[in-house]
Amino acid sequence: MIETLQTLNYEPFILSFKLAAVTTLILFILSIPLAWWLSQTSSKTKPFFEAITALPIVLPPSVLGFYILVALSQNSPIGVFFEDMFGVKLIFNFTGLVVASCFYSLPFMVQPLQGGFESINKNMLEASYCAGKSKFETILKVALPNMKPALLTALIVTFAHTVGEFGVVLMVGGSIPGETKVASVAIYEMVEIMDYSSAHIYSGLMVLLSFIVLLSVYIFNAKHTKRIGIR
Amino acid sequence: MIHLDIDKKLHGSNGEMSLEIQLDIQEGEFIALSGKSGSGKTTLLRILAGLEDSSGIIKVSNDFWQNGKTKISTQKRKIGFVFQDYALFENMSVLENLLYVNNDKELALKLLEMTEISELKERLPNKLSGGQKQRVSLCRAMMNKPKLLLMDEPLSALDPSMRTKLQSEILKLHKEFKTTTIMVSHDPSEIYRLASRVLVLSQGKIVNDGTPKDVLLKTSGSAKFAFEGELLDIVKVDVINVAIVSIGQQLVEVVVSDSELENLKIGDVISVSTKAFSPIIKSLG
Repeated sequence: MIETLQTLNYEPFILSFKLAAVTTLILFILSIPLAWWLSQTSSKTKPFFEAITALPIVLPPSVLGFYILVALSQNSPIGVFFEDMFGVKLIFNFTGLVVASCFYSLPFMVQPLQGGFESINKNMLEASYCAGKSKFETILKVALPNMKPALLTALIVTFAHTVGEFGVVLMVGGSIPGETKVASVAIYEMVEIMDYSSAHIYSGLMVLLSFIVLLSVYIFNAKHTKRIGIR
Repeated sequence: MIHLDIDKKLHGSNGEMSLEIQLDIQEGEFIALSGKSGSGKTTLLRILAGLEDSSGIIKVSNDFWQNGKTKISTQKRKIGFVFQDYALFENMSVLENLLYVNNDKELALKLLEMTEISELKERLPNKLSGGQKQRVSLCRAMMNKPKLLLMDEPLSALDPSMRTKLQSEILKLHKEFKTTTIMVSHDPSEIYRLASRVLVLSQGKIVNDGTPKDVLLKTSGSAKFAFEGELLDIVKVDVINVAIVSIGQQLVEVVVSDSELENLKIGDVISVSTKAFSPIIKSLG
């Protein structure tokens, strides 16, 4: 057992967490303006954007993966553009995985952030505008610090959800060791070649890590709720 | 010094109405804005703050805050706004709330000193009472030395004794900084103590404009002593009728004749007045 653990290839795990970290960071930066806009707007187009944002929750990952594959392949305009301009291929490599993950995990970042922004007392934001502060500064110094539970939920759930990706990753990335072979794909392959002991260890580790992450979120949120006495 | 000529369509609880306000305000005036809920008071404040759109002109000194559809942003108007629910920045201490607006520690400490909350400066807002929060909110609004201070029922969530205390602090700040102020208020004693001018709004229009004395004193004709109240009950005692009337926070009994009774029904808003005799005033303090 100990021996197996020592000789185990941890590369897929490292790749999974690297992918999750990069995706979470990119999505965080992209989602704040979108979530803010959704929370503040009274535009008639809001339901349209909300529906688009939520699509990855309901779509089968294979559908999403298929469209991303089509859109980013070397035969598509986007694929050609990136290949010509930056010399980057967008599929069957790590970059492609990041792009696909950003689409796949978008709702898990946007929805908690939007909920957080909506929970903030509008007068508090307006008080900041009256004080001469820009929207950017208001978001940074007033809105975000007052929605820490929502912020943490958004970050952690996006991270965890990206770690747990399978279908999209398989379709867009394939299974190139060290490049696109993340933990979930590795487990799938182990089961296929009937290497059950490795599959057990990988799966067990996934369960353990995911549980620890979620547990710490809930503990933090419970403490935070008690401390500030709201919600 | 402030010239206002605006209109805006509102969808109030009584259907569509239009807010049409023409108004000139002198520098340093303290204006109380009164009127039933839904008459457009808060909307007027929000238009002045640039938080809501309207069409027309808002001119302050020689600057146009709004000219037709073009308007300058809330951020550039230099206003102070005091909200009914305080709206303090929950993540910042009392002092940080003030310094966020304007990093002028000297002014912040002076304001906290004036409102007697210096010792609370390190506390977070959720550790303050309602009265303390509203003082912080008032100080915060004064931090950017506003050209115009707007207060939306600032004291209505507080108990009467706290209100009186805060009224004197508002007055103190107004005397010190001479800020042109518009305050929404329903409380006649508050208006009388603080304001130099009262505007009464009804259905989006100014229906009364004058000194608090002219607008608020309800006596008319030869009556010397008159109160407005609500008729709660009429009780027949032996041969006379006693009306139970709620005036302010108190219940009083008034004897009514049979002929007077015919025009009264329970729930009416009535006026109780005396003509021939001078009422006796005695201190209870």
